[in-house]
Amino acid sequence: MKITTKIISNHGIKPEEYKKILSLMGKEPNLLELGIFSAMWNEHCSYKSSKKYLGKLPTKNKKVIQGPGENAGIVDIGDNDALVFKIESHNHPSYIEPYQGAATGVGGILRDIFTMGARPIATLNSIHFGSYDHPKTKNLLNGVVSGIGGYGNCMGIPTVGGEVKFNSTYNENILVNAMAVGLVKKNKIFYSKAKGINKPVIYVGSKTGRDGIHGASMASAEFDKNIDKKKPTVQVGDPFTEKLLLEACLELMKDDSIISIQDMGAAGLTSSSVEMASKGKLGIEIDLNKIPCREEKMTPYEMMLSESQERMLLILNSGKEENAKKIFKKWGLDFSIIGKTTDTKNLLLIYDNKEVANIPLSYLSDDAPVYDRKWKKNKNQKKIKKTKEIDSTQLLQSFKKILSSPNNSNKSWVWEQYDHTVMGDTIQKPGGDSAVVRIHGQNKAIAVTVDSSADYCSANPFLGAKQVVSETWRNLISVGAAPIAITNCLNFGNPEKNKIMGQFVETIEGITDACKYLDFPVVSGNVSFYNETQNNSISPTPTIGGVGLINKLECMMTMDLKESESLLFVIGKTQGHLHQSEFYKEVLNIKNGPPPEVNLFNEKNNGAIVSKLINKKLVNSVHDISSGGILLALSEMCILGKIGAKIKVPQNNLNLYEYLFGEDQSRYIIEINQKNKNEVSKILEENSIYFELLGNTQTNILELSGKFKLSLSELSKLNSSWFKSYFKEE
Amino acid sequence: MKSSVIVFPGSNCDRDIAVALKKFQIKNQMVWHDESSLPDSDLVVLPGGFSYGDYLRTGCIASKSRIIDDVIKHAKKGGLILGICNGFQILIETGLLPGALLRNEKLRFLSKNVFLKVLNFNNHFCSTYKKKDLIELPIAHNEGNYFARKNILQSLEDENLIAFKYCDRDGKIEKNSNPNGSSNNIAGILNSKKNILGMMPHPERFIDPILSGSDGSNIFESLLS
Repeated sequence: MKITTKIISNHGIKPEEYKKILSLMGKEPNLLELGIFSAMWNEHCSYKSSKKYLGKLPTKNKKVIQGPGENAGIVDIGDNDALVFKIESHNHPSYIEPYQGAATGVGGILRDIFTMGARPIATLNSIHFGSYDHPKTKNLLNGVVSGIGGYGNCMGIPTVGGEVKFNSTYNENILVNAMAVGLVKKNKIFYSKAKGINKPVIYVGSKTGRDGIHGASMASAEFDKNIDKKKPTVQVGDPFTEKLLLEACLELMKDDSIISIQDMGAAGLTSSSVEMASKGKLGIEIDLNKIPCREEKMTPYEMMLSESQERMLLILNSGKEENAKKIFKKWGLDFSIIGKTTDTKNLLLIYDNKEVANIPLSYLSDDAPVYDRKWKKNKNQKKIKKTKEIDSTQLLQSFKKILSSPNNSNKSWVWEQYDHTVMGDTIQKPGGDSAVVRIHGQNKAIAVTVDSSADYCSANPFLGAKQVVSETWRNLISVGAAPIAITNCLNFGNPEKNKIMGQFVETIEGITDACKYLDFPVVSGNVSFYNETQNNSISPTPTIGGVGLINKLECMMTMDLKESESLLFVIGKTQGHLHQSEFYKEVLNIKNGPPPEVNLFNEKNNGAIVSKLINKKLVNSVHDISSGGILLALSEMCILGKIGAKIKVPQNNLNLYEYLFGEDQSRYIIEINQKNKNEVSKILEENSIYFELLGNTQTNILELSGKFKLSLSELSKLNSSWFKSYFKEE
Repeated sequence: MKSSVIVFPGSNCDRDIAVALKKFQIKNQMVWHDESSLPDSDLVVLPGGFSYGDYLRTGCIASKSRIIDDVIKHAKKGGLILGICNGFQILIETGLLPGALLRNEKLRFLSKNVFLKVLNFNNHFCSTYKKKDLIELPIAHNEGNYFARKNILQSLEDENLIAFKYCDRDGKIEKNSNPNGSSNNIAGILNSKKNILGMMPHPERFIDPILSGSDGSNIFESLLS
């Protein structure tokens, strides 16, 4: 077949990139070879726009065993245990086909975890939809939530946390970011780097079908009007097969049969074979007649580019084939020896005894284009002068509006569709600051959370990114964990535009700043560009997944108020930052202005002291103050604990709204028993921590002295009605 | 006491129940669905999960597994069988328990803690609930909506074969406290000889106070008493 300009552009290859292919190959590639280049050179697989900047992220400290570049990152949690974790996007497919898109997003991230020898112990997700009244939102939300549940529930891995947000910036491009965490013994980690020549290359798992062909290329372009035609690029998931694949792989991993292993994710067989061989500086030869196919007459092109799910590629030690085959047969999975490693450093594909493609591997990886894209610095937004004094009689009304808004409502409608108690180790379920999952059979636990702040990042990507990392850190501190490391999912529009590239560059700077200061390295992640439709880009949305360790279960903390007559302290200074706050957005409809700044010194210091108070068992409950400010944070503590509070705004120069709804960073609310007041105050003073008395707890009523009283049942109802009425369930 | 946990392809609460059995010092063996005979056991557990991916109908394909013949023999001899969640669905498909488990009324998967009233203490599984008959356990299912013909429901009620009913935190059994639309708020039933219990809630997930509850422990304590 003649390679025409149309074929080239259909493969998402730019004219100058095609020129590079011609000069590398020294001849015109055939269609299969072109397809392979397109699969490896697209943004999703090559990171060609982001590579230059990703290298700046801090990725190491003494806990990090594996940083970015493998299937997932790994950190040490002591006792020969290690945590394997990563977050990944499945945005484009989920918009086209929400159930399957979201389901296979979960499936893909789980494979990344067990590929490394770890048993997945928790998943989380961050999902962003357009405005709730956009005609597509309800269907997308329903589909994505059922898809995530459908896959994770069947796998028997608890979905322990996440976030659900609505914002018109996602009207035409939703975000589905899925994170998974696994547990592995430090001496039993598996990697994807191939070693040794003439070793058997094995295909295991599901058969290859025609689904998901060019999925990675689809996800490397903007959406246009013909989006419905892209359905065939969405993969179809089968969690049952993945469960079998998980058990079979872990069973085989008990001995030393496997040299290296890689899941077939984006760009399927192509990227897995190329990556394994390239990392090992070897060649690889595959006989395509040996590929188990689901459909008849599949061409080499389709086999190499299919993104059928639930497949793995293994390189085994010679002589281990029979034993491995027995295990996969037991689990009812396909097992086929499809080729071998070679010393040629080429990818050689054979079909019907003929050579159908032969490409030096370096062309596909090392020589893949890397762009130094032009970028423009984001304009700092100025604070707007207050146009009108807000009438203080509207306080209660404003509070109710924020408490019952879609973004601040209780999300149990969502997470009750996810099995969060399977595996019997979930200690803190969704709805807290972080989820807490016990390390099976031990007296320690991990804390996990995912966070994002799109409006902050949109107003100022640098400050916003810094804030998200800090909030993740704070959420881990709040449950009594020592933060360890993060994974990031960077969701942006089209990087070929200066403005978008600027957002990306500044986001990386913000993450880097916070991570360096907090010693909170990035160990894995992914970049999702082209979240853009007809020139409308999403707000820059870095999603941060953080993990921390709780060394002793006795020192775990929760946010629900525990008893009446205890004291409430606010840790950290409230300065009344209302720009980009829930109050400005929900009540006053003001969308401009800068996000709150994070003072990393205070962040670290306040966090360290809160940790100390928790470890000394001097606090009853802890909750970080984030969007919605003090009043929303306190309400959540009251609702969960079924305990009320009576508060009084301390003497200061802020108005009520600034004090109660300001979103200044690095703050916590802590509940302490009266008897600990002196000791807590002493520790805080000794460490120069700013704190003030907010009030005390009481039964049944949330009360602001002289302003309002609200019963807990009303408070709870306001906070939990939105989803039910949206789906007309009550 | 000796137990066997049957592992089907797609079972995913097999480890959880094994952990619980071990905690209560019940000597347990895992038995692969393709085995032809059961090892010597007092108790057989069909665990939760998605056996065969819930394809065709929940529990349906598993009920035709090779090991099931021996499980049925074990039941006929009066041996104890506990089916949890998917295990309950399998017991219904084998015909060892009557009725059907339909999709939840709201057509959504539901994972949450529920309150239950224990209604029959006179069996091997529930005797220790006598001290505390209002309990809390987690559910996590898509097809837990118990349904049966009126005469079957009537005889379950008359013969006192309903082990658990969904209720509210005060023990009231009413429509509002029914999470999935089950007939008569049924959460678990016994066969007439009371050697077989099928239940949708997961006692094996609630055996540790740190996991916000330990009301599941009584099932295992009852088995031992």
